[in-house]
Amino acid sequence: MSLGRQRWLGPAMFLPAVLYVVALVGVPFVLAFLYSVGDVKVGSVGYHFVGLANFKSVLQNPTFLRALRNSFVFTISSQILVLVGANILALALKSAFPGRRFVRFLILLPWVAPVSIGAIGWKWILDSLYSVINWVLIRAHLVNEFSPPMWLGEPALAMMSVILVHTWHMLPFATVIILAGWTAIPKDIPEAASVDGARFFRRLFQIELPMMLPIINVAVLFGVIFTFTDMTVVYILTRGGPYDTTQVLPSLAFFAGILGSDLAEGAAISLFLVPVLAIAAWLMLRTAHRAEVT
Amino acid sequence: MIRLGTRARARSGKLVHGAVLLAFSVLLGFPFYWMVITSFKRGPDLYNLKNNPFIFNQMPTLEHLRLLFEETLFLRWLGNTLFAGILVVAITLVLAVPAAYALTRLTGRWGGRIGIAIFLTYLVPPTLLFIPLSRIVALLGLQDTLWSVIVVYPSFTIPFSIWLLMGFFKSIPRELEDAAMVDGLTRFQAFLKLVVPISVSGILTVVIFSFTLVTQEFVYALTFISSAAHQTVGVGVPIYLVRGDVYYWGSLMAACLIASLPIGFGYNLFLDRFIAGFTFGSVK
Repeated sequence: MSLGRQRWLGPAMFLPAVLYVVALVGVPFVLAFLYSVGDVKVGSVGYHFVGLANFKSVLQNPTFLRALRNSFVFTISSQILVLVGANILALALKSAFPGRRFVRFLILLPWVAPVSIGAIGWKWILDSLYSVINWVLIRAHLVNEFSPPMWLGEPALAMMSVILVHTWHMLPFATVIILAGWTAIPKDIPEAASVDGARFFRRLFQIELPMMLPIINVAVLFGVIFTFTDMTVVYILTRGGPYDTTQVLPSLAFFAGILGSDLAEGAAISLFLVPVLAIAAWLMLRTAHRAEVT
Repeated sequence: MIRLGTRARARSGKLVHGAVLLAFSVLLGFPFYWMVITSFKRGPDLYNLKNNPFIFNQMPTLEHLRLLFEETLFLRWLGNTLFAGILVVAITLVLAVPAAYALTRLTGRWGGRIGIAIFLTYLVPPTLLFIPLSRIVALLGLQDTLWSVIVVYPSFTIPFSIWLLMGFFKSIPRELEDAAMVDGLTRFQAFLKLVVPISVSGILTVVIFSFTLVTQEFVYALTFISSAAHQTVGVGVPIYLVRGDVYYWGSLMAACLIASLPIGFGYNLFLDRFIAGFTFGSVK
């Protein structure tokens, strides 16, 4: 009797949550695939299968190819910067010092503050006329007063700006995760090595970093997923411009699918996110599995 | 090769340490300093290229704040965000807490697997789902209402919350509930009267996390809601505080500051638990 009740109690407690998530993640996920091989527009009724026509037209679009390339450039370059920066910063935050809590709060802000709001802050810092960076550069005689750099108005500079703002946003997240990894390393091993006279950097690269590798993996994988699928920074800073040179896959999907009302084309564009997501998820599962085993 | 003495080496090490910390603090914190100084600067001071922008060249002013609160929809957006946040947190708790408990205690080996599957859905980004969801939202008759995001947001707060809570429930000794059930409570009563009360800190983590996500979200709110009055702060501030092409930087930066600092404090309190969630509990 009580065993029978036990048997349905479990599903009764977790099914509502599972159904909610299936309805609002699983169903639209499947719909995204269906849309991409159909002819759905905003307000259209009915559905006609059009095969790979959307993908074909998307792949012939130079803006799409640019966005595809940009997505990789943005993700890879910002994650390399994050990886280097976060490791240095985590190392600096590892030992106790006065004011550590305040510094931790301060460096965490870029991650915790809404990313759209951080980005609009940067838009002001990179303003075409009142940029504080230009003010400093002009005073230092590093740039011409009459043609200062247009941080968001020139393709190369706009790319760089978007990458750096992404780095700024993701760096705190990677730092606190790596920092947590440092505190989890067994203390006796590095100390034994230091008794042997192994110097700081040898110890760091030969003993500690290899032990840290799984945690660093986690930080990087989350970073890749969050950056690769983000459209907020690009949308706020440049709206994909100038001339679509900073467009990324998610922002292009938004412009085509929502603002351009072509849901099918938007869905086809955003589906190009899936392979990278799948690889990242697979790698993450492997890391999680290892963490469970040890 | 010159070998530095131990003391000199320690001192130079300290210097490097301090310099690294200072450099990162400035790089990461500068936009927030910039928001503060812009919020209180008078217009003529703000828009004069001859002035040193790092300091107040004229008396600070509260004019931007007045404009923000009296002549924009900012308060409305804060209210919308609070309202949506509370409801999303409520939906998340009602669905995620029992689910996490069931998956740790009542489903045996399968619980862990379902848990991982649920966690994976957290990795499916809004930018992949927003196009079909915009149709689903329209189908439900929720387009251009705050309710669209209230219904959709739990789809990403629930997965991560279940994941966080599963880690938390695993650390509660089984014997506690077993003893209560010997005393005549049913499993569900033991969950409600025993497990939930001692899990307050885990549940609070979920509250903060879900609320933070509501304030941070941008893509869904931008897609589903088209009237300024129905927006949340995350979209209202960067999109609707700009009139035509005119940016009211003073008020805009004040709004940014007000919208980001409280979340920063809340998140900081529960940081260690979030990290445990993101790292699969492998560091604690």
